[in-house]
Amino acid sequence: MIEYVTRQEFLILIAKMIAIFGGLMGALAYITLLERKLMAWVQMRPGPNRVGPFGLLQPIADGMKFMFKEDIIPNGADVAIYVMAPALSLIPACMSFAVIPFGPSLQITDLNVGLLFVFAATSISIYGIVLGGWASNSKYSLMSGLRASAQMISYELSLTLSVVGVLMIASTLSLQEIVTSQQGTWFGLVPRWNIFLQPVGFIIFLISAIAETNRLPFDLAEAEQELVAGWHTEYSSMKFAMFFLAEYANMVTASAIATILFFGGWGGPMFGPPVLQMVLPTVWFLMKVFGFILIFMILRATLPRIRYDQLMAFGWKFLLPLALANIVVTSLLVALL
Amino acid sequence: MIEALFFLFAAVALGAAINVLIQQHVLYSALSLIVMLAAVSGLFVLLEADLLAVIQIMVYTGAIMVLFVFVIMLLNVTTEEEQGVDRLRWPKFIGIPAGLFLLAMISSAVWRFRPAIEDTPSTVGTPAAIGASLFTDYLLGFEATSVLILIAIIGALVLAKRDL
Repeated sequence: MIEYVTRQEFLILIAKMIAIFGGLMGALAYITLLERKLMAWVQMRPGPNRVGPFGLLQPIADGMKFMFKEDIIPNGADVAIYVMAPALSLIPACMSFAVIPFGPSLQITDLNVGLLFVFAATSISIYGIVLGGWASNSKYSLMSGLRASAQMISYELSLTLSVVGVLMIASTLSLQEIVTSQQGTWFGLVPRWNIFLQPVGFIIFLISAIAETNRLPFDLAEAEQELVAGWHTEYSSMKFAMFFLAEYANMVTASAIATILFFGGWGGPMFGPPVLQMVLPTVWFLMKVFGFILIFMILRATLPRIRYDQLMAFGWKFLLPLALANIVVTSLLVALL
Repeated sequence: MIEALFFLFAAVALGAAINVLIQQHVLYSALSLIVMLAAVSGLFVLLEADLLAVIQIMVYTGAIMVLFVFVIMLLNVTTEEEQGVDRLRWPKFIGIPAGLFLLAMISSAVWRFRPAIEDTPSTVGTPAAIGASLFTDYLLGFEATSVLILIAIIGALVLAKRDL
């Protein structure tokens, strides 16, 4: 969609981009701290608590350390692809935020194919892992790249099919319109969220999203006991940090999409003076996303990793048929009701 | 602005397409092909065909090329020289004239094309419009394609599982 904007609209657009991108980068730094703290509490440890009060300055210390570490390129590595891979991982991870509605007007652009845009960005984010693994000239990295690509191709199918039910109910691909279609309540009590209409779709989406973001229990690509650290074994300094940030950015994207599709996006009770009403939708949205991020982290802290053949069998023989059945049943119900 | 973007995407697509042919390493050729497909997707956006642009990225860049790269990595294919590939000499005498002939056909068709004066409505490229025309005007082609894909799946199964 090509739109012509006035200078004022253009400046507002730039301001939104800076707010969303800057907020995202700051949030990612503190999500890493939260994860370390949460994992520590689950395992009865205090977690990082030396840098600043309660370890609150830890992300800044980590960032400084990443910047001043020596940047090593292994012998025999394919230098061009080795240098490119972290950027190929981080850029698609950040692209999705262009279409995510943080509030009724806090959205960079409302594409009429917004959801597909997010899936397209997800589908190219795999190149960073695959090429980084290949270019490192290390057998662990290469194995990890192969595992990651096979896993992501397998789970991308069920991820995409799991949202078709929601699309049939909302009959739009625009994320903003999907959110507005879920406003209001049933019987003045239950919010009109898609989770109540598409529980099976939501479960499939959540499982596939965890697999797509390469997190436990599906982190076969960076299984420490087998592959050292997977595709980023040979990476150091800011290149490693970019892979790290990309993983967390993907987690935030998955949480945001789950919120938008199944939990009413920025919808929530509105009250108070007009100023508060302007901020409230964004607050509701961020709270829901935060809840999903906590689920991701607690899953990582509690579940063991599954075996590779179990992963493949689960994706192809269980999730995919279930997603197809969900589509058939939903389309029948949509046609009949 | 749109003209500048068009020339940018077109230059990237052409350069990447040429790079696919001249690279010695198969993986570099595959990566150039990815860049080319992404640039063509940018051209689709300029034509206001958002759905087509996104589908191009999802299907070609995100799925088919990932499989290409996967196979290249799995077989650990290296450069043509290291494998001792001997390029055939004669196909270029057929290929280059045939390519030039195709180019001439396309450019003459584009040259004679006169765009309609009235603006096409902006709803042409939307998902709903494309879906509606797929299931009404182009239903036969759509169904035939799905049968073709089914045949390809069965063929792949038969080849992979000979003793099934």
